[in-house]
Amino acid sequence: MSLAQKYPNEVNQIMAKYPPQHKRSAVMPLLYLAQREEGCVTKSALKDIAQMLEITETDVASIVGFYSLYHDQKAGKYRMQVCTDLPCALRGADRFLEELCGNLGIQVGETTADGLVTVEGVMCLAACDKAPMFQTQGPDGIRYHENMTVDKTLELIEALKKSGREVE
Amino acid sequence: MTKQFTLTIDGVQVTVPEGTLVVDAAKLAGIDIPVFCYHPKMEPAGNCRMCLVEIGRPVLDRASGQAVMENGQPKIQFMPKLETACTNTVSEGMVVLTQTEKARDGQKGTLEFLLTSHPLDCPICDKGGECPLQNLTVEHGPGKSRFLYDEKLHFAKQVPLGELIWLDRERCIQCARCIRFQDEVVGEAVLGFEERGRSTQIISLSEPGFDSVFSGNTTDICPVGALTTADFRFGARPWELSASASICSQCPVGCNTTLNTRREAKAGGGIVVKRVMPRQNEEVNEIWMCDKGRFAHHYAESQQRLVKPSIRQAKASWTDAFELVTKNFESSRSDVVVLASGRLSNEDLFNLKSLADGLGGRSILYTDMGGGDLTALVGVGQGTDLGKLGKGDVLLVVASDLYEEAPIWYLRVKQAADRGATLIVANARATKLERFAKYAIRYANGDELKTIAGLHGDGKIAQEFANAQNAVVFYGGDGLGLGGTTDLAPACAKLLKDTNHIGRANNGLVGVWQRANDQGAWEMGFRPEADLASALKGRVVYIVGADPAGDDPALALALKGAKFIVAQDILETLTTQMADVVLPAQAYTEREGSYTSGERRVQRFYAAVPVRGEAKADFAIAGEIGRRLGLNMENGSARITFDRLAANLKDFAGLDYNKLAEVKPQWPIVGRGDLYYGGTTYENKQGLGVQLSTAAERGETVSLPEVRKDSALRPKEDELLAVPVTKLYDLGATVSSTGLLCQRIGAATISLHPEAAKRLGLEAGMRVALSFDGLGGEALVKIDDTISAGVALVPRSMGLAVREPVSVRVQILAEAKVN
Amino acid sequence: MAHILLRHRDIPDINRLDVYQKNGGFEAFKKAVTAMKPTEVTDVVKASGLRGRGGAGFPTGMKWSFIDNKNWPHYVVANADESEPGTFKDREIMESNPFQFLEGLAIASYAVGATAAYIYLRGEFWQVAAFLDERIADMEKAGLLGDKILGSDYSLKIFTHLGAGAYICGEETALLESIEGKRGQPRIRPPFPPAVGLYGKPTIVNNVETFTNVPPILVNGADWYKSLGTPDSAGVKIFSLSGRVKNPGNYELPFGVTFRKLVYEYGGGIIDDRPIKAIMPAGASSSLIVVDDKALDTPMDYASVRTIGGDLGSASVIVIDDTVSIDWVINKTIHFFKHESCGKCTPCREGNYWMLHMTERIHSGTGTQADVDLLLNVAKQMQGKCLCALGEFATMAVVTGIERFPQDFQKAVKA
Ligand SMILES: Cc1cc2nc3c(=O)[nH]c(=O)nc-3n(C[C@H](O)[C@H](O)[C@H](O)COP(=O)(O)O)c2cc1C
Ligand code: SF4
Ligand code: FES
Repeated sequence: MSLAQKYPNEVNQIMAKYPPQHKRSAVMPLLYLAQREEGCVTKSALKDIAQMLEITETDVASIVGFYSLYHDQKAGKYRMQVCTDLPCALRGADRFLEELCGNLGIQVGETTADGLVTVEGVMCLAACDKAPMFQTQGPDGIRYHENMTVDKTLELIEALKKSGREVE
Repeated sequence: MTKQFTLTIDGVQVTVPEGTLVVDAAKLAGIDIPVFCYHPKMEPAGNCRMCLVEIGRPVLDRASGQAVMENGQPKIQFMPKLETACTNTVSEGMVVLTQTEKARDGQKGTLEFLLTSHPLDCPICDKGGECPLQNLTVEHGPGKSRFLYDEKLHFAKQVPLGELIWLDRERCIQCARCIRFQDEVVGEAVLGFEERGRSTQIISLSEPGFDSVFSGNTTDICPVGALTTADFRFGARPWELSASASICSQCPVGCNTTLNTRREAKAGGGIVVKRVMPRQNEEVNEIWMCDKGRFAHHYAESQQRLVKPSIRQAKASWTDAFELVTKNFESSRSDVVVLASGRLSNEDLFNLKSLADGLGGRSILYTDMGGGDLTALVGVGQGTDLGKLGKGDVLLVVASDLYEEAPIWYLRVKQAADRGATLIVANARATKLERFAKYAIRYANGDELKTIAGLHGDGKIAQEFANAQNAVVFYGGDGLGLGGTTDLAPACAKLLKDTNHIGRANNGLVGVWQRANDQGAWEMGFRPEADLASALKGRVVYIVGADPAGDDPALALALKGAKFIVAQDILETLTTQMADVVLPAQAYTEREGSYTSGERRVQRFYAAVPVRGEAKADFAIAGEIGRRLGLNMENGSARITFDRLAANLKDFAGLDYNKLAEVKPQWPIVGRGDLYYGGTTYENKQGLGVQLSTAAERGETVSLPEVRKDSALRPKEDELLAVPVTKLYDLGATVSSTGLLCQRIGAATISLHPEAAKRLGLEAGMRVALSFDGLGGEALVKIDDTISAGVALVPRSMGLAVREPVSVRVQILAEAKVN
Repeated sequence: MAHILLRHRDIPDINRLDVYQKNGGFEAFKKAVTAMKPTEVTDVVKASGLRGRGGAGFPTGMKWSFIDNKNWPHYVVANADESEPGTFKDREIMESNPFQFLEGLAIASYAVGATAAYIYLRGEFWQVAAFLDERIADMEKAGLLGDKILGSDYSLKIFTHLGAGAYICGEETALLESIEGKRGQPRIRPPFPPAVGLYGKPTIVNNVETFTNVPPILVNGADWYKSLGTPDSAGVKIFSLSGRVKNPGNYELPFGVTFRKLVYEYGGGIIDDRPIKAIMPAGASSSLIVVDDKALDTPMDYASVRTIGGDLGSASVIVIDDTVSIDWVINKTIHFFKHESCGKCTPCREGNYWMLHMTERIHSGTGTQADVDLLLNVAKQMQGKCLCALGEFATMAVVTGIERFPQDFQKAVKA
């Protein structure tokens, strides 16, 4: 099913944001939409978006490749992206990431055995005063979790496991 | 007139038009500023940072706007940072320094950065010997790397981007010339970058990979060995190659080319063509060429080449063959029919026509397109250059798919539209060019003449056409055969005449012919024949450079009824198999001659490789036959033949081989010493050719034939009308004997409107049997919602002999494959 | 003093339209569209001395006056990409005092005649974008956006556009490319956006904080604004304080407050009361400033910070104490810039790649003094040659780190 069929309202809203002769602008929001369920941009989504915007698949793929929030590979249902950039690292982010991974029994970049979370280290997320912090990227969009401890994080993962959704 | 600015570059004063880039101004002054990402045919990108120079500008007094003086000289202020010569335009009084320590430091720094990530595999790289990076490194590069070799980024080498072009990702320096060429120049963004930063890599996701008929050009402009053609990879080293000038024989554009040849053990020590490269002719192909022209040269080396005359399938001597031919011509005289194609040169066609005339026989042009008599009257005037068309000009392309039929015209027309020219594309279906059209007119098949008639008068489009500074009309045979095009041409000619767009440069009619020298054939007096089959029956037929039997079973049948057949060609064909006498001709790579392009430019090609076997040039064979029949004809020298031709034909008056070989300086400056700048395109030292004048231009009265009101053929109710369209990569001998391009030919298809398909119970991908005119064939169903419901598109030269619109019946052979 | 920008800290629920309006919200916009000519608005902003808060500090009113009135339509774009490590002020504004920002954006749009404005948010601000979309809808409902706003002839629409994880998209021309649906790679400048911007049309790009300053300026006048801050740096600034301080966070202060006051008074001093060692005043793109008394007593304004070998930039003050070795710091920053280099130009693409190899080696203890020298040399080789400022930024901490903290590197390569 194409994006326009699956999410007619969202697609219309997105297309309405840009001048009709510049519909290529919609490529980024459409890619988020395409990524929502699969967690990555599939080959067929590339084709679908290219057709919708009258650009080439190569064009769309080169956008996916450029921006780090688009993925062409599947990972865990939730990507847990810990900021380990300079300001956060000055406040213990590296240690937090290491301990978290230790507790989950995975290496940075790996996914838990149940396929629920992939833990990654990422660049600054504009929450430097609330380190350690991470964002989750998953079917519910992107959410921030600030002033975190390993325990609080493990609780969050437990909750995710139970509900299958991110509880707020 | 544009404002002129005077500036000083390394002490040299130059005056150039406003808007000129510093890098180009330097080039004009004979100063080479090194570049990688900049290319004079594309918008500057400024990303490689190779062209860093110091730029100073006169300090202007705020109040007066005058230059502030210092010691009697204008005070010059230099920017604290180096600037890129490729992105800065000149200004009055500018001072550019390219050789100061600071500038050289900047250039060296960039070069070092590029090299540190570049493999040192020059000895096995195809670009070695003609590589800008290699050349610049030798000149300015650091002697030794300061970095750790094992920290270099490594990639799997050599990935195919498609069948034709290979990518070596380690060699890529991310200059984006190839991507920008495809995007800006061609308008097909089939190349892109993936990832970012140091991981930036070229990708192509089209199907098939790198799906563009211009792909080969990227290997010319790639400043390193990252992109290479599958044809030439590891084929030879550039310095082992000799270069001969040639003209592409694949379509009526007449691209200037260079044949690179080398002696090869594989060829028994003989000289073979290793690659075909574009040769600059700014008024024809600029510095580009299409992939068909670039790769379809192997047929000349094919196993099917005819190398010795034969009589009734038995090898024979030239003497015996000539004797038998002469005897038959002698006894039949006015019953002789010379059937020749636009694959032949002007000289060949002139001699063949002389021969036919001398015998009192007929000369027939083998083509499915009419109107070449009109292009001689109201064709584009001398000095026409599509590259100069832009704002205020109009281009009309009717019934032609230029992308498939004459790719470089597609490119040039598209770019004229980019420059602001009004492009009108009128066709019965969508074509690639349509995307760039201001007005895309889709008419129903059969409405061609009505559509052109509609461009007279005071409609919006008509007004724009009438008021255009310049107007050029391209007409072709998309969906039409000989009949339809013969009707269309006068309609187009009348439109041009009525709006006063004839008789001068950049105005007039261009036929998008099927073959390179169809225009030349018309000039020599060859004319097509609507009922070819009847014209051949019972006659003595001399078929040159054509394979009617292979193309059309109806013609094969007609030939069976011929009295005597002489077939002259370079390859064995169904026609040669039926012939009483077969005469082996030389390929265009083996001899010299000239072609007349669709824009009526007469251009010379030269011999590049030795003759195969006993083959002779077509004009020489015809000349020899003529002589034996007592006619005064030249049988040895192409040059002399051309002189005779020029003496006989008004439009060619005053021309000779020397005139055709004249050159003048061209911009951009390209060539071997300037590889870094324009790419590996060859400089043109062998001739830019001469455009013929038209009757309108010479002030002769132009009387056009009556324009028909309506075309004869349109689909009737409940009928499916098969119409021919052209595919660039078809089953013609030139493509199918090139292994590479073969992969892009695909199956014969029949394209239907979704509704028509539904009515017939057909789906995309189904295999169907077609029957028309008592003939038949198989094809795969394609769906195209841009065509009318009553028609089916059938590609030419794909084994289905639809040469004119014809009623077709379709029967399912196999269900669609599930994808 | 009451906050001018972070007003939510004084007024609860100001992120609700009714509350915002009750507290004087949209008076400035109303005044502009009903009582002022667009150029008058620009003139007030010009006179206020407001400079861009995105980092470069370019005079805002002057930028608006550059808009090319021969080419239409015009666009205004809010730069909410906020990706500089150490910067987190725009997010607080948008989450907590959104209407003041939106009002400023609307006023700017009026001033330059734009009928469409885009807010470019970094992709991670997914929730912020959703929140802003609701606020924009509130404004539309209240007749503050849409056709014929407040009975005037002026019409405006505001749209959010999410980036997707690319620091370079904070650079204004890369940002415009990104809105156009392309790879976020900087364009050659000139032409600058006020001449050729979004979709090739004249465009004003300003930072979120810049826009947020505009409503109070219009209400209180240029002179009032100029009375705050210093002569060269008028008004107030949000300082994002992070790193080894006890109380990191955003602090809205007039320009000219000293580093000492920010770090010790507002930031509560250094964690474990260790000695302060270095300050990066403008995030990861900063020079490393050696902290001594002179540095601590330097007023934080554009001109003064330059006197101690740094740039105020976006005023994202990262504090480094003596527990931290500078070779580790630059390894972190280069890691960032290597990851974020867009790859378009050679020096940044290649330079960061090689610099990362060297900082890794040095930091991991396998480097030599030759590596340090080469690192410094490569950084300098990049300087002044990149297409955009990112490549330049990448070299700042490296050059100043090696030159100003040589002992840290000597130790690192000896180990
Ligand atoms: C690499 C790079 C990143 C930038 N990131 C941001 C950013 O995240 N936010 C921002 O407002 N400006 C950023 N800028 C500055 C913008 O290019 C631009 O100057 C600014 O948005 C103008 O707004 P202002 O005049 O209000 O400061 C960045 C510049 C560069 C070179
Ligand atoms: S400096 Fe060059 S590579 Fe780096 S981000 Fe700017 S344009 Fe891209
Ligand atoms: S930057 Fe000028 S040639 Fe590449």
